[in-house]
Amino acid sequence: MPGLVHVETTINGNQVNFLCEPRQSLLECLRDVLGMTGTKEGCNDGNCGACTVLLDGRIVTSCLVLGVEAQGKEVTTIEGVASPEGLHPVQQAFLENASLQCGICTPGFIVATKALLDREPDADEGRIRHWLAGNLCRCTGYDKIVRAVLDAEEKMKS
Amino acid sequence: MVANQVLSEVEYRVVGKRPVRPDGVDKVTGRAQYGSDLRLTGTLQAKILRSPHAHAKIKSIDTSLAEAYPGVRAVITGKDLPLSAKLANAAPGEISDSDRQRMGFQANNFLAGDKVLYKGHAVAAVAAVDSNSAEAALALIKVEYEELPPVINVKDAMGEGSALLHENLHTSSLGETSEKPSNVASYMLFEKGDVEQGFSQSDIVIEREYETASVHQGYIEPHTATAHWNADGQLNIWCSTQGSFVVRATTSEVLQYPISKIKVTPMEIGGGFGGKVTCYQEPVVAVLSKKTGQPVKLVMSRTEVFEASGPAPGSWMRVKLGANKDGKLISGKVTLAFEAGAFPGSPVLPGSTCSLACYDVPNGLNEAYDVVVNKPKTAAYRAPGSPQAAFAVESVVDELCQELNMDPIEFRLLNASKEGTRKVEGPVFGKIGLIECLEAARNHEHYKTPLTGENQARGIAAGFWMNRGFHSSCNITVNQDGTVNLTMGSVDIGGTRASISQQAAEALGIEYTDVKPTIVDTDSIGYTMVTGGSRTSFATGWAAILASEDVKQQMRERAAKIWETSVDDIEYKDGVISHQSDPELQFTFGELARQLNGTGGTVTGQANVDPSGEGNSFGVHLVDVEVDRDTGKTKVLRYTAIQDVGKAVHPSYVEGQMQGGAVQGIGWALNEEYFFNDNGHMMNSSFLDYRMPTALDLPMIDTVIVEVANPGHPYGVRGVGEVPIVPPLPAVASAVSRAIGVRMQKLPVSPGSILEALW
Repeated sequence: MPGLVHVETTINGNQVNFLCEPRQSLLECLRDVLGMTGTKEGCNDGNCGACTVLLDGRIVTSCLVLGVEAQGKEVTTIEGVASPEGLHPVQQAFLENASLQCGICTPGFIVATKALLDREPDADEGRIRHWLAGNLCRCTGYDKIVRAVLDAEEKMKS
Repeated sequence: MVANQVLSEVEYRVVGKRPVRPDGVDKVTGRAQYGSDLRLTGTLQAKILRSPHAHAKIKSIDTSLAEAYPGVRAVITGKDLPLSAKLANAAPGEISDSDRQRMGFQANNFLAGDKVLYKGHAVAAVAAVDSNSAEAALALIKVEYEELPPVINVKDAMGEGSALLHENLHTSSLGETSEKPSNVASYMLFEKGDVEQGFSQSDIVIEREYETASVHQGYIEPHTATAHWNADGQLNIWCSTQGSFVVRATTSEVLQYPISKIKVTPMEIGGGFGGKVTCYQEPVVAVLSKKTGQPVKLVMSRTEVFEASGPAPGSWMRVKLGANKDGKLISGKVTLAFEAGAFPGSPVLPGSTCSLACYDVPNGLNEAYDVVVNKPKTAAYRAPGSPQAAFAVESVVDELCQELNMDPIEFRLLNASKEGTRKVEGPVFGKIGLIECLEAARNHEHYKTPLTGENQARGIAAGFWMNRGFHSSCNITVNQDGTVNLTMGSVDIGGTRASISQQAAEALGIEYTDVKPTIVDTDSIGYTMVTGGSRTSFATGWAAILASEDVKQQMRERAAKIWETSVDDIEYKDGVISHQSDPELQFTFGELARQLNGTGGTVTGQANVDPSGEGNSFGVHLVDVEVDRDTGKTKVLRYTAIQDVGKAVHPSYVEGQMQGGAVQGIGWALNEEYFFNDNGHMMNSSFLDYRMPTALDLPMIDTVIVEVANPGHPYGVRGVGEVPIVPPLPAVASAVSRAIGVRMQKLPVSPGSILEALW
C-alpha cells in the first residue's frame, strides 16, 4: 500500500516490524495495526492517561506520539508488565487493594506506577499523587490507587 | 486513626470478606475485552455527522458526494431509521398523539428528524473501510439549516416569550395538559400537612434560590458499539452498556424488529455512572450493517461524549425551610426546575422525592418542573436528581444551624427521618440508618479534630437515595469438581462479579473461589435490568441466593435418591448434605457433585426475581477545606464519608463506591461545568477544560461503613453506589461558604465564583 512507512521497534523486549500511515499515532499502531488492545483510549488528546506507555523508559501518552516515532526505540506496554512467572508487584497490589472498579484506566495507571517505582522506590503519598496526576480515574477517587502504590513499594522491597 | 471503619451488626463466612475479584487479573494485565477492543473480520468504521447549531430546522440533506467518496460503503440519515419511517408513513389516527410524540423523541435522538435540538445532535452516519475515510466523507454531506434562537437556560425556557423546542409539547400537570405548547414538559406536586401554616408557626424561616451547572458522568471509556446484521436476519450487537436488555429493547423499537432476532453481548464496561443506561448508537450501526452486510463499529470521540451523550441536568431551585427556636423543623417547601435537555425526561422527580427525605418535617411541599432546553438530552448520573436537590436543601439547613447557633449534627439528629417517618410524597420509611450515620459522624475522630487555619472551615451534609429492586436472573450449574458456574445478565461495573459470587458461596456453603461467574448475552439469561440505581448487589444478589436455594433443593433430592430415602430426611447445611436419621451418611458439596452425572445428570439452579424489599440508604459526609482568598482556589484538606449500606458484601468495593462517589461530588461542587456560549455551544468539551479531580487535588477519602441490616434482603444488603455523590455538593459548598463568610448559592464554587463573591 503506497504511503505506508516501515517501522522497526522493540515492544516489551521483542523486535517488532510494522507498517503504518505517517499520521497514525502510536496508540493506533498498537491497537489497530498490532492488535495490542491492552493500551486504552479515553480521550485521544493526551488528557486522560489511559493510553500511557513507556518510550525508552519515559512515560508518554501514546495518543500524542506518532507510530513512526517508535522507530529504533523501546516501547513498554501493559502487556509487557507481567512476566511468565507471574504478575508484577504493582499489578498484585492493585488487585489486593481493590484499586480498580471498571478497570479502563488501570493499564495506564499500572504502567505509570511502574515507571515511578523504577526510579523512586520510596516515593511518598504526595509524590505519588503528583506523578499520577496525568492519569484520570473516575471510579475510585484515587484513594485505593495511592494505597496500592504504597503497598507495591513494600512488596518490591521484600 | 483508622481510615476505613466497618460498624457491623452481623458477621458471615463469605459475605463481608474482601476476596480478589474474579475479573481482576484480566483487568490489571490489559486482557479484559472492552467494547472498542473487539476486532471482527471485515469491520467497517462509522462516524456521525453532528449539528453545528444548538437549534435549527433541517431544510435539506444531500449525501450524494459522501456516498461516492472512495471507501464509503453506506450513508444514512434519520429517514433510514424504521421507527422514523413508520411515523412518517402512518395514516392519520393510526398512531395516537402521545405515542407519536414519545416515538419521535426516541428516534430523533439517534438521528435528527426535521430539527436539530442541540449542538452535536446526530444528523447522518457514514460507514467506510476506515475511520479516516468515514470522517472525510462527513465533510461532503451537505445540510441546509435554518437557524432558530437557542434556549440554553432553564429559567429562559420557562419564560413566556421563549422559543419552543417542540411545537406540539404541552405541559402535563396533575393529570391535565396545557392548552398552549410549552418548554415545560411536566409539573409535579406532592404535599403533606400545610406548609404555609407551618411557616407562620415557625420562629425562623429561610428562603433561598440555587443554581447548578450541567455536568458529565465523565466515564473514561467513550461510548462504543459494533453491530452485525447477518444474512439470516439475526442482528448481533456488542457494546459498552450498563444494561444489555435495555439496548435490546431500544434497538428493537427503533428498528421495528423483534427482540428474538437481536442478541446483545455486553463487553467489559469502562465506567458509566448512569450515563450508559441510555444507548446512542446501537440502532444506527445496525442499520449501517444491514445496508452493507458487514460488521460496523462506532466509537465516540471525547468531544462527542461531552456534546452528544447524556449529561446530568443543570438546575434552578428554590427552598424555604421554617423551624422553631429549638431547631425543630416545622415546614419545608422545595421547588425544582431541571433541564431535561432536548427531549423531556430529566430526573427532577427523583430529585424532588429525595429533597426532604432526610428530615422528619410535619409540613412539606415538593414541586418539580421538567423543562426542555437546547442541550443534549440528560441521562442518569448516580442518584439522579438527588445531588442538586441536596445542595439546595442542605445549604438552607446549614444556614439555619448558623442562625440558631446549633451544631449541624445535633440539628440533624433532632430532625432526622427514622422508621415510621412519612415522606412528603407518601411512603413511610421502614428500618433506616440515618441516625446511626449521624452518630457515627459525631463520634468520628475527624469531627472531634479542631480546624487550625483562619481560611479553613468544615462542611457537613446528609444525602439520600431510595435504592432499587427490579428484574434480575441467575443460573447456577454444578460442575463435577464441586465448583459452580454462575451466569448472570448484570454488567460488572465495579466489582459485582465478586459481590454476587460471595452471596452465592455464602448461600451454598462453598468457597468463594469455587464460584465462577460469567456475564452473558441476552440470549443466554433471563431479562435483567441495568446495573444502576444501587440495585445490582441487592437484586442480582437475591437472584443468586434463590438460584443457590434451587441448587440446594436439587442436591437434597439427589442425595435422597442415592440413599433411597425421602428428601425430607436430607439436611443441607454449610455445604454438607446429610441423612438426618443416619449420621454415617453424608456428602460434602464436592463429593455429591462428583456423583451427579451418574445419578441423573447435572444440577442447574435458576432464579428470576423482581424483589420489592429494597432498603433506603443515607449518607453523612464531613469535609474540611481551606480557601485561598487571593486565587479563589479551594483545597480539600480532609474528607470522611459515612453511609448505611445495610450489609457490605465486599467492604473494599463498598468503600470504593463511597470514595469514588464522594470525589465525583467534590468535582461537581468545585470545578466541573459545561460552559455554553450564547449560541448554546459547549466551549470546554475536553478533559483539559472540563476539569475532573486528579489524584493531586485530593486527600485520602476516609470511610465509615454503617450496617443497619435491610430486612428485605437475606444478608441485609441495601445498595451503595448512589448515595455517596449526594452529600458532597452541599458539604463542600457549605464549607466554602463558612470559610469565606459568603453563602454560595451556585455550583460549581469555582475559583472564579469565589473571587467574585469576595470582591
